[in-house]
Amino acid sequence: MTNNIISFPHLGNYSIPIYYFLSHVTKNPIKIAPPITKKTLELGSKYSPDFVCLPFKYNLGNFIESLEEGASILLQAGGGCRYGYYGEVQCQILKDLGYDFKFVSFLDDAKLNPKTIYKALKSINPKLSKIRYLYYLTTTMFMINCLDKIENYIRLNIGFEVKSQSFKNLEKRMLSDFKKSKGVISILKKYRKYKKLFKSLPINKPKNCLKIGVIGELYTSMEQFSSYFIEENLAKYNIEIKRYTNLTYLLIKKQFNLKKLLKKARNYVTYELGADGLDNVARTIDLIEKNYDGIVHIKPFGCTPEIGAIPIINKICKQNKMPIIYFSFDSQTSDEGIKTRLEALADMLKERRKK
Amino acid sequence: MELIVGIPRALLFYKYKDLWLQFFANLNIKTVISPKTNKEIIDKGSSYVVDEACLSLKIFMGHVDHLQNKCDYLFIPRVACLNKNEKMCTNFLVLYDLVKNTFEDCKILMYNVDVENNEYEFDGFLKIGKTLGFSYFKTLRAYQNAKKYEKEKRRQKYLLETRKLRSPHLKILVVAHSYNLYDDFVGKPILEYLESQRIAAICSDITTGDEKVNTSISHSIYWTYNKELMKIIEDTLNHIDGIILISTFPCGPDSLCNELIIRKIKSKPILYLTCDNNASDTGIITRLESFIDILKYKKERSTNDQQYN
Repeated sequence: MTNNIISFPHLGNYSIPIYYFLSHVTKNPIKIAPPITKKTLELGSKYSPDFVCLPFKYNLGNFIESLEEGASILLQAGGGCRYGYYGEVQCQILKDLGYDFKFVSFLDDAKLNPKTIYKALKSINPKLSKIRYLYYLTTTMFMINCLDKIENYIRLNIGFEVKSQSFKNLEKRMLSDFKKSKGVISILKKYRKYKKLFKSLPINKPKNCLKIGVIGELYTSMEQFSSYFIEENLAKYNIEIKRYTNLTYLLIKKQFNLKKLLKKARNYVTYELGADGLDNVARTIDLIEKNYDGIVHIKPFGCTPEIGAIPIINKICKQNKMPIIYFSFDSQTSDEGIKTRLEALADMLKERRKK
Repeated sequence: MELIVGIPRALLFYKYKDLWLQFFANLNIKTVISPKTNKEIIDKGSSYVVDEACLSLKIFMGHVDHLQNKCDYLFIPRVACLNKNEKMCTNFLVLYDLVKNTFEDCKILMYNVDVENNEYEFDGFLKIGKTLGFSYFKTLRAYQNAKKYEKEKRRQKYLLETRKLRSPHLKILVVAHSYNLYDDFVGKPILEYLESQRIAAICSDITTGDEKVNTSISHSIYWTYNKELMKIIEDTLNHIDGIILISTFPCGPDSLCNELIIRKIKSKPILYLTCDNNASDTGIITRLESFIDILKYKKERSTNDQQYN
């Protein structure tokens, strides 16, 4: 068992903390799936059901590519809407394709919590002690939190960098450095170091710059490839970007947030809407209260919770005269169309400001 | 003035119509049900939601639109969770708030079932009784009588469908959510066509009660209704000649579950039909015809083989 290579699907930059976590709680070699390319999506779409949502296709593509490179234990998590059922269907599809592997799901009864993850890891590494597991789980969460904080800073400022690509290059350096972390102290040191480095990067930011909030479904928000790097492309027009969804929010904050969200959205929503639906309604109200210039809503094609929430979001924006643009990503969307729409949005917001 | 409660003929109506209608009848409340689904209703419904929404949701919104000026209260059920550790499609969670925000002038009857958060079916009815001004005991009695009536109806339905399993003709299991199966735009034409071809079409909604089911087809499935469908496939598999899966475009749970069913069940031929709002009957009937031909040919061959042996 200890020679089997473990692999898992990509989710933005989070492959680094997940790699760190797995390398400490299992003895197996770990392989991060090859970076997502057009080919990943093609492979995934080829073997996916007809109208399944986009993350399924990316995940499946990741799995196939890692299996081709020798992985034999696949990990999958989930939760929320359809995402919780991905695992079983993907496992069946890959088995029908003739691959030989072990599929480990972090879910139990459609629930994801520290207990179910421990149970799943125990099946890979029977000698794993609870203390070791809990220690590395907390340090991993700490690392995720650090990365999220730094990435928030990047989103706010990348549009105003003086030297092009300076933020991107430093981010790459940071990620490869974080990959080699050992314990809490080394993570904390790295976090402080890179925070300082990022703050020292020269930026040219006016005080009343345009501000846009990106809301929407979780996978397309976090995995930039699947949204055709929408944040980067928007930032190019000297725009500050705010995004709420990240793993810190989804794994920790969201559980304690329901009452707060319902209170915020009480004029429009009485009950929970499923997955991130209610979150996005509350975020819309939050962005309006904070006087943002516009909202970008992104989701993969056919995302049911968002489809239910969109008419409500639309109504709120209409009442408050808030510009909003919707993007629905599928495997065939070309990025030229998206760039054109983003440019139009940026121009429109600039004109609105002048008035 | 007499109160009128409007009930849309869509989504969960088909599953719970006996219970709901009997409950309101027991309380002497007049109900009005929207007409059968037609093209106009679908077009109207589509204008209220996003293009990508599933056909069933569009149909529901169309029915609500039809009812909005014809009643005092709209009955919009929000069924979020029926059993612990199980879920419903998020469309059912969103119904109440979606209707409330789209049709602002309508009064809506609160009906919320969410077992995970300790709101059971009776709590939902209790809220209705409170809103309409009935005492606890009156509501309770109406609910109990309606429940008894529903149980009897379900038993009759179960007997009717299981009798079809002993029919000498071709037997096809038609698997779909009840709101698709009995809808006059989606499933009804298919059922009628099968009947005209002298085929025993067994409808998939033959649960006897509300108890939790388990299925061996999938171990991690958590959608209550899809679980029930899988259970019925599993139970009847040895008595039928073929399976027809009907789904609306782009149904979230079905997209994954039907894929798994097709991949796991190899012993019986399966036809997978997807309906959207401009599906023409001819295309579907052609596919049904060829599917039936295949089944007939298969059956003839197997009886011939038996005779030779």
